[in-house]
Amino acid sequence: MAKKRNIIKNGIFTENPTFVQVIGMCPTLATTTSAVNGIGMGLSTAVVLVCSNCFISLLRKVIPDKVRIPCFIVVIATFVTIVQFLLQAFFSELNQSLGLYIPLIVVNCIILGRAEAFASKNSVLDSICDGIGNGLGFTLALTCIGLIREFLGSGTLFGMTVLPEMFPKTLLFIMAPGAFFTLGTLMAALHYLQAKKAEHTKKGGKEA
Amino acid sequence: MNLFLLLLAGIFVNNYVLSQFLGICPFLGVSKKIETAAGMGIAVIFVIVLASAASWAVYHLLLVPLKMEYLYNIAFILVIASLVQFVEMFLKKSMPALYQALGVFLPLITTNCAVLGVAVVNMQKDYSLIESVVNGFGGACGFALAIVLFAGIRERIAENDIPKAFQGYPLALITAGLMSIAFLGFSGLIQV
Repeated sequence: MAKKRNIIKNGIFTENPTFVQVIGMCPTLATTTSAVNGIGMGLSTAVVLVCSNCFISLLRKVIPDKVRIPCFIVVIATFVTIVQFLLQAFFSELNQSLGLYIPLIVVNCIILGRAEAFASKNSVLDSICDGIGNGLGFTLALTCIGLIREFLGSGTLFGMTVLPEMFPKTLLFIMAPGAFFTLGTLMAALHYLQAKKAEHTKKGGKEA
Repeated sequence: MNLFLLLLAGIFVNNYVLSQFLGICPFLGVSKKIETAAGMGIAVIFVIVLASAASWAVYHLLLVPLKMEYLYNIAFILVIASLVQFVEMFLKKSMPALYQALGVFLPLITTNCAVLGVAVVNMQKDYSLIESVVNGFGGACGFALAIVLFAGIRERIAENDIPKAFQGYPLALITAGLMSIAFLGFSGLIQV
């Protein structure tokens, strides 16, 4: 059980797909104009990731090594189509605002990356845990970016107005450049904190 | 629709990288040197033009008559993956020089979301075959332009003394943001 918990934790924090591995950048930048969109995109990707990890892990002994990439892509595309139909049926508003980026989950490098690096080599349960971990890590990152951009760009959080009317709204943050700035600054902050933490443990180690 | 306007819109106004966020992975990944960036740009132009035509044919000649439009996503990604493989084999046999130049970039293009993105946009906007190809060519030229400019800036940044926390991706992202502001100047130029 401890191992499974570790796999999940790894996906969310130590190997966070967005901030540490820096993959799956397109949806990260494109769909985070608001926190709700970020969560929607993150969870849709997470569902596809868990399903495809599970399925590919089940099939890992059947799929011939040479044609594994096309096989993985077909499995992923199937689940993406299913998710797209579910969104269309039950969350049509979200589906409208995510638009083009739902079919593009197929080419999200996180999903193919996890299939290749983890699911094709590990047991089904471990692969599901890996999918949950990475999926949640991705969702967390997208939600953070979405919250910041929504707050600065339109003065709301999850659609509720927080900033008073007179406060100037920086429209730039819900447009394309704001996405680059927010992610870049967040990453720099994370690097800074990590460097500080590493220095701290180094000093602590010397004293002890 | 005026084809020339469609082409210009693809390159400047709806730039795939800087205003629609398609193909960010190669944009950040292979933009450290101008030569490699140019190689990637040319490879992408080549594949996107072929893929726009091929996916148009698959959608209108195969999926629509069979009433299986809902399978477009699976069909397109298979078309693109096999097309890339095919182009690679063809170039290796018949144009070794070009193959050498494009080399490692070709297989990477399968997971470049700009290629699938263009195919899906062409389908959603119901473009004709010629419009699809022109839209694909314009978008791909926009990608090539953005990645070459970005590589030029990054080459200069690499020689500067920058704060440690900003080294690597953070500064690259902020640079891309500034370029994106510059490209915002084109918006509203052409209505598509």
